[in-house]
Amino acid sequence: MASTSALPQSGPVRLWDRLTIGQKRVVWAWIFLIIPIIFYAGIRFYPTFQAFWLSLTNWDLLRPAKFIGLANYQKMFADPTFWKVFNNTFLYLIIGTPISLVIAFLVAYYLDRVRFMHGFIRALYFLPFLTTAAAMGWVWRWFYQPVPIGVINSVLSVVGIPQQPFLRSMDQALISVLIPAIWAGLGFQVIIFMAGLRAIPSTFYEAARIDGLGEWAILRKITIPLLKPTTVFLVVFSSIGFLRIFDQVYNMTTNDPGGPLNSTKPLVLMIYQTAFSSYQMGYAAAQTVVLFTILLIVSLLQLYVLREKK
Amino acid sequence: MTATNASTELAANRRDIRPGRYIAWTLLFIGGLIMITPLLFMFSTSLKTSGQVYDLKLIPSAPTLDNYIKVLQDGRFVQWFLNSTFIAVVVTLSNVFFDSLVGYTLAKFEFRGRYFIFLAILSTLMIPTEMLVIPWYLMSSQLGWLNSYWGIMFPGLMTAFGTFLMKQFFEGVPNDFLEAARVDGLNEFTIWWKIAMPMVVPAISALAIFSFLGNWTAFFWPLIVTTSKELYTLPVGISSFSAESAIQWELIMTGAAIGTIPTLLVFLALQRHIVRGVMLAGLKG
Repeated sequence: MASTSALPQSGPVRLWDRLTIGQKRVVWAWIFLIIPIIFYAGIRFYPTFQAFWLSLTNWDLLRPAKFIGLANYQKMFADPTFWKVFNNTFLYLIIGTPISLVIAFLVAYYLDRVRFMHGFIRALYFLPFLTTAAAMGWVWRWFYQPVPIGVINSVLSVVGIPQQPFLRSMDQALISVLIPAIWAGLGFQVIIFMAGLRAIPSTFYEAARIDGLGEWAILRKITIPLLKPTTVFLVVFSSIGFLRIFDQVYNMTTNDPGGPLNSTKPLVLMIYQTAFSSYQMGYAAAQTVVLFTILLIVSLLQLYVLREKK
Repeated sequence: MTATNASTELAANRRDIRPGRYIAWTLLFIGGLIMITPLLFMFSTSLKTSGQVYDLKLIPSAPTLDNYIKVLQDGRFVQWFLNSTFIAVVVTLSNVFFDSLVGYTLAKFEFRGRYFIFLAILSTLMIPTEMLVIPWYLMSSQLGWLNSYWGIMFPGLMTAFGTFLMKQFFEGVPNDFLEAARVDGLNEFTIWWKIAMPMVVPAISALAIFSFLGNWTAFFWPLIVTTSKELYTLPVGISSFSAESAIQWELIMTGAAIGTIPTLLVFLALQRHIVRGVMLAGLKG
């Protein structure tokens, strides 16, 4: 207390010297955070609020945005295309998530015990995860062509199964687009499941064996319950992925994006077209708010499920 | 005694599972082959002439690199490749720098508002990119960022995912090391860069892998922000090239292969790191 009185109070250097070590660290912390704070405020938070605001306007790039209340939402909820798209988006989620998780779990469960060529087989499953969806969409599109070009139909014709229209059919197109998405994400899920399986202490298994539990009982009573956090993470992660599907659909249906007759169109593609083909920015913003709400619900469900566990 | 017990038990187990194991191995192997079938056909077709595309042999009867020469001579692919590489590298470096710095600050500094900032950054995970693209587009057109590298890069320069991941790892760094450096008179920036960063290298490589891969394959925002072909990234370029080459499948497959080969090579070189990185990121994130 007494010592400070003698110090001259001039210049930032002196000021800095007078700070305690703890205070200096606080200053350092804010120096480190200043650019990130500007970034998160300007590139994440402000645009989020702006998206909500734009959803209440009729902005179309040409004229200045005018507040029109909930008209965009009324228009959207009255639009049969929106409900078709909404339905498609949920089909991607409801079909894609369980199928990919079950396959990924089976692969991980058995691959975990395989020693012979383990790394090689793991690589086979993981490689598609590293591909570019925009490029692979075209490869799959080629697979789905009719004979003599398409690989799948050629195989079918050899086996004697009738030709399938795949991307040209309103019934098959959605699942045909979904398969490449499942294919590309599978490797990631296998790796995460395997990490989860390894995190289960081997003492649990030893104890179970001593108690005379069979494979199936061990799987049901130990593996699956202890794998719950991993499974919840993957359910949420892949659900969000399927809800946001775009690259595959866009590239596999370029001549009629989301077609035939909107049968493959997901919400993100509708947003893209509304915003960047028809330039109805306000209307598109309202659609992004819907997407945001759906994703928020999925994330909150995850928090709820995990909290219950603890 | 315990050793013999264990070995008999092991032997018993092995006998139980053995036939099942062969079946499991075979099924896994077949499944794995199915997984890479699209890649094999892509490469195989990229080595065929347009006349051979219809014969679906996996190994082309007369493999040729003509398609690659044709596609690369065009020059656009080289440009797109360079664009993608530059963008992915810059964004990855930025992620490694800033996400680590913020993660470190949130993990190791005591100050009022720390928890608030942490929650604020974490909450941005809930905001989908798709919701931000319209405001970003507006911002880019007002500031003249459309059709520029900066315009493609700016949204991804920092990520909440990376910050969270790095924070988790920095929390495991013992304070004693940092205190010792402080006693030695190092400033806080040097302590972070020289002492703390080298202790979380696995996390940094996980973050770098995710960031690079994510930016290399990114499609949605680059598609929106670029209209001039010279600035396309590889995925956007492949998409537009394929759409315009109509039904010349051998050229489309060549373009797709050019987009796929780099990541496959990187994977083959770094397989262990990548798999471990994905595990780390998945478990901690």
